[in-house]
Amino acid sequence: MSTAATRTVVTGIGIAAPNGLGTSDYWAATRSGKSGIGRITRFDPTGYPAKLAGQVPGFNAGDHLPSRLLAQTDHMTRLALVATDWALADAGVTPAELPAYDMGVVTASSSGGFEFGQGELQKLWSQGSQYVSAYQSFAWFYAVNSGQISIRNGMKGPSGVLVSDQAGGLDALAHARRQIRKGTQLIVSGSIDASVCPWGWVAQLASGRLSEGEEPDRAYLPFDAAAAGHVPGEGGAILILESAEAAARRGARVYGEIAGYGATFDPAPGTGRPPGLRKAIELALADAGVDAGDVDVVFADGAAVPELDRIEADALNEVFGPHGVMVTTPKTMTGRLYSGAAPLDVATALLAIRDGVVPPTTNVRPDATYDLDLITDEPRPTDLRTALILARGHAGFNAATVVTAA
Amino acid sequence: MSARRVVITGVGVTAPGGVGTKDFWNLLSEGRTATRGITFFDPSSFRSRVAAEIDFDPEEHGLSPQEIRRMDRAAQLAVVTAREALADSGLDLTGADPHRVGVTIGSAVGATMGLDQEYRVVSDGGRLDLVDHAYAVPHLYNYLVPSSFAAEVAWAVGAEGPATVVSTGCTSGLDSVGHAAELIREGSACAVVAGATDAPISPITLACFDAIKATTPRNDDPEHASRPFDGTRNGFVLGEGSAVFVLEELQGALKRGAHIYAEIAGYASRCNAFHMTGLRPDGVEMAEAITVALAEARLNPEAIDYVNAHGSGTKQNDRHETAAFKKSLGEHAYRTPVSSIKSMVGHSLGAIGSIEIAASVLAMEHNVVPPTANLHTPDPECDLDYVPLTAREHRTDAVLTVGSGFGGFQSAMVLARPERSAA
Repeated sequence: MSTAATRTVVTGIGIAAPNGLGTSDYWAATRSGKSGIGRITRFDPTGYPAKLAGQVPGFNAGDHLPSRLLAQTDHMTRLALVATDWALADAGVTPAELPAYDMGVVTASSSGGFEFGQGELQKLWSQGSQYVSAYQSFAWFYAVNSGQISIRNGMKGPSGVLVSDQAGGLDALAHARRQIRKGTQLIVSGSIDASVCPWGWVAQLASGRLSEGEEPDRAYLPFDAAAAGHVPGEGGAILILESAEAAARRGARVYGEIAGYGATFDPAPGTGRPPGLRKAIELALADAGVDAGDVDVVFADGAAVPELDRIEADALNEVFGPHGVMVTTPKTMTGRLYSGAAPLDVATALLAIRDGVVPPTTNVRPDATYDLDLITDEPRPTDLRTALILARGHAGFNAATVVTAA
Repeated sequence: MSARRVVITGVGVTAPGGVGTKDFWNLLSEGRTATRGITFFDPSSFRSRVAAEIDFDPEEHGLSPQEIRRMDRAAQLAVVTAREALADSGLDLTGADPHRVGVTIGSAVGATMGLDQEYRVVSDGGRLDLVDHAYAVPHLYNYLVPSSFAAEVAWAVGAEGPATVVSTGCTSGLDSVGHAAELIREGSACAVVAGATDAPISPITLACFDAIKATTPRNDDPEHASRPFDGTRNGFVLGEGSAVFVLEELQGALKRGAHIYAEIAGYASRCNAFHMTGLRPDGVEMAEAITVALAEARLNPEAIDYVNAHGSGTKQNDRHETAAFKKSLGEHAYRTPVSSIKSMVGHSLGAIGSIEIAASVLAMEHNVVPPTANLHTPDPECDLDYVPLTAREHRTDAVLTVGSGFGGFQSAMVLARPERSAA
């Protein structure tokens, strides 16, 4: 199908991840199995049952952004603005040189600027309403990153914000591709997410899915018999998407193509109908015009909740056959980044294709009953052309994206 | 461009003044207002103490005690409204492939009420920095991530196709329906339950709009506090509500003999890339969105019979928008009726775009244009026909509805009878 429509390619990557700030640090760490998970330092986690997170290291927003922007932005927006700058530079794009309406911004969010929101809620309830910041009205809401990125870069084209929990990162890239197919030349897309603050932590704990492990190497173990929830993280990736024609016209370096996408929602509990992940995979493969046999590697969602790992393994085995495809979840080095996770996985898949290496699912001893060819311990060098990225959001959101080599 | 055309076959509305589409239209067509002094909590410490609240009892509208417990008010409104839309459409999803049915729900501020209330408890009134998880409600995660709204609607209607929340601030309600139409056009779904919801009338929302003086301080006259395009207006009135639609591909809708309210003939969204809350007076980006939406609809400006304005009742909006209409519609901007229903139902942030789509299709249904209530004093800079005070009988075959929001988003949608002569 993608041959008939405008092809959408990725020409720039900007990464802020717990195991590396910037693409080169992140990719060097990820290739070598270096984790960014540790005990929370942004607040004292002693009183909470979960104490580990993936926090982005070495980020001093003031080094990158004017103080005017610092006053009005949450941590995740600062990361997103800087990652966008890096992605544009990586793509060799100077926004001021392009027509404003030919550039748009489509991001995902899961919880907005939650840390900023905690600060203002605290002022409201402990001091009074007149102490609430004039910036609260837009610093925490879900649209903030698209708005701030468009303003900073003068982008007036079709823009959007999608919220589907962790699946939203792929939904945003798909929506960006949709706008490119409709004629917009360049879309900044992806997501950076973070709610590593006490209020965000308490809300995440309510999901019942956080790992209470205290050893960074043993806390987040998808597809392992010892899986007992995930470690959350902050960060993600911003990608520059362009039509293949526009990229070729300006001689841009191309990481690969966003070739296919599919999304479903699980049936309501109790209906007895099968979960929707398999269908999302099938839709993405059909959309990309590839067969299961063409897929070289799957970047799995890796919930690390046994019943969800089982659903994912079943879906993969139904589509690819037992041990039918290499599977990896490098999230074990970053934690789950909510809407930032899947764009980071897409970026990782493109880097993996470029360098011919599958990054490992660190720390995991796969439970043999899942029948997966899970790449663990060491990166596996191999020729890659096609990768499938999966993402699932709380309550039943499923999304699948196929990327292919340039 | 694909040949698939997208139509609205079901409408549900829960808005200030009543639950259900009938109450909503009665309010609009009679030009009554549903704004009042805030009753949800004691607003005495706030600058603006007026809002458009809904008298809504979720149990009365079929939600179970557990559904009520796990859903923020915004989700409750969306589920009740989605059920009305689905029933109105007569669409029977039991025989359909559920993977072909999608859900898109717009919301600007998610579970604000739930988050505000829960924060107060876990922080013990703001005293604790390290808020206490032992006091959190079990479904707090649903408040953290508003995609839970789309999940609840999907469960309520039995949809298993693409589902998402669209959150582009105050244009969310337009963008959600525009997104749904794109899903059908590209073939990702054959029907989408699409709309928006927001229930922001909570202390934190009042505080942040107080801080930027965006809401009106006209507290002594709450029924007449929302005054778009009026020379004395001084800020918007916060509202709440939900509108949800059933969108279908035209041929499928015709085949099953569905009542077709309108075709989503054109839609576009642009950014002003200027300021998170400020608008330049020239309105060029909104004008661009309108022009692109008209082109997609293959309609000339002269085909627009009614413009449903954003009309929030802030001076900067009313001037920005008036300029955008003149720039995009030319002389026709002076001839076509333009009105703002926010004068009656307030500004429900991410929900209002969908509520205004509902007003637009009901205007087509009845050939009646709803008025701009409370418009007594002309503003020389706003010199269009804003349909003051009373509804007007007016043949309405095509409507332009627009939205403008924080973040700089500007969206426009053209709704038209599918049998219109163009195309």
